[in-house]
Amino acid sequence: MSKPVSVLLDKDQLKRALTRIAHEILEHNRGAADVVIVGIQSRGYFLAKRLSENIAGIESAKTPVGALDISLYRDDISTNPQPVLKKTEIDFDLTGKNIVLVDDVLYTGRTIRAAMDALMDLGRPASIQLAVLVDRGHRQLPIRPDYIGKNIPTAIKQRVSVELAEEAGTDQVTLVEADGT
Amino acid sequence: MRLMELKQKHLLGIEHLSADEIEYILQTAESLEEISKRDIKKVPTLRGKTIVTLFLEPSTRTKTSFELAAKRLSADTLSISKDASSFKKGESLKDAAKTLQAYRVDAIILRHSASGAAEFLSKQTDASVINAGDGCHEHPTQALLDAYTIKKKFGKINGLKIAIVGDILHSRVARSNIFCLTKMGAELSVVAPPTLLPVDVEKLPVKVAFGIEEVLEESDVIYLLRLQAERASENHFPSIREYRRLFGLDADKVKKLKPEAIVMHPGPINRGVEISSTVADLARSYIEEQVTSGLAVRMAVLYLLVGGSS
Repeated sequence: MSKPVSVLLDKDQLKRALTRIAHEILEHNRGAADVVIVGIQSRGYFLAKRLSENIAGIESAKTPVGALDISLYRDDISTNPQPVLKKTEIDFDLTGKNIVLVDDVLYTGRTIRAAMDALMDLGRPASIQLAVLVDRGHRQLPIRPDYIGKNIPTAIKQRVSVELAEEAGTDQVTLVEADGT
Repeated sequence: MRLMELKQKHLLGIEHLSADEIEYILQTAESLEEISKRDIKKVPTLRGKTIVTLFLEPSTRTKTSFELAAKRLSADTLSISKDASSFKKGESLKDAAKTLQAYRVDAIILRHSASGAAEFLSKQTDASVINAGDGCHEHPTQALLDAYTIKKKFGKINGLKIAIVGDILHSRVARSNIFCLTKMGAELSVVAPPTLLPVDVEKLPVKVAFGIEEVLEESDVIYLLRLQAERASENHFPSIREYRRLFGLDADKVKKLKPEAIVMHPGPINRGVEISSTVADLARSYIEEQVTSGLAVRMAVLYLLVGGSS
């Protein structure tokens, strides 16, 4: 049986981290003009929507939010069973925009590589920035995040579990030990 | 329980698919439809895979649709048709399978005039076999795209009243659709002259009517089949004129439909026979939507059968 060992972020800490990231996005881009937020399905999309709301609360600017499914761009598609497809819903033009790509956990970087390829097929953005709730290390590709909720050094055997109110009913990030350890 | 994986290597027919599997294919198609609306209508998913269309019976729509679906997923496609290949010299399906096997192709999409040809081929090759129509047996992707079109229009299939009109006896489209739509919970009627109904029609889970007038007022979907000159000889009914009168849909009859009801047809249509030209061009005629759905559904089938290894 797996068991949670420690809570990494509770509801309030998660909320504060997202508020800080919203400020950082505005600071880095000198406002919200030409900024669009794209979340990777499913939890990255929930976080993207929250970041957009936070930005609206700070600068009363509306940043468009899109959902990106990266299954079709995965590099393990011929070695694993096909992933269940979710929808990509980006109903605005990406060309010339500063995209903030959002995911819950940054690990090997392969998902982000796939996401960048997917975004490039949809338009020619001015830039792509990366926001993650948790960076757990162990990168296998030269990818680094621009905005980080929390840095958490982990062992490969461990698992970072992100629960968000939108699907789990509660906000919480925990570190789970692998089975049998 | 929601299905997360299609545990099928081939798509030979609808008969042996479960409602969950059908639902899963439709859901996958829904996610893939957006790709065809992009400027760059291509994703790298099936890069390095080889997909063969082996069409030993004429077809433009189905073949084009499959080829485009494969290309949009970045697979390499190879197309073999009867007239331009050694099939003309009498090469058998078995030998063709062996040749394609030597090239290690990943999927073969087969259209053949003999019922059971796709199943036969699936036993001769390691590739996934997709039945694109075998004789009077099945045409599974047509039924799936029809289900997709209906679901997109009405938001559901369960409980809808659907009438299939025409040559039920020789139609693989009708057969696959009867399996598919009843599995999805639709109430089906078949409308045909007695000579164009299967002898054991009462064993099918469908109501039977002998004229289109009987189903016009109640139906949500009127599904017209093409009068197939190559399969049904005129001996099955007295004349085209009589067929048109009893089973064709024209501007007068269309007025009796419910406001929301739609008209479908697998194409190619015979204007002025099973469907009048005016009716074919009405907004409630979903023939073009069916073509659009076909692309998304075939992309889904290729993605689910050729993508991934389990």
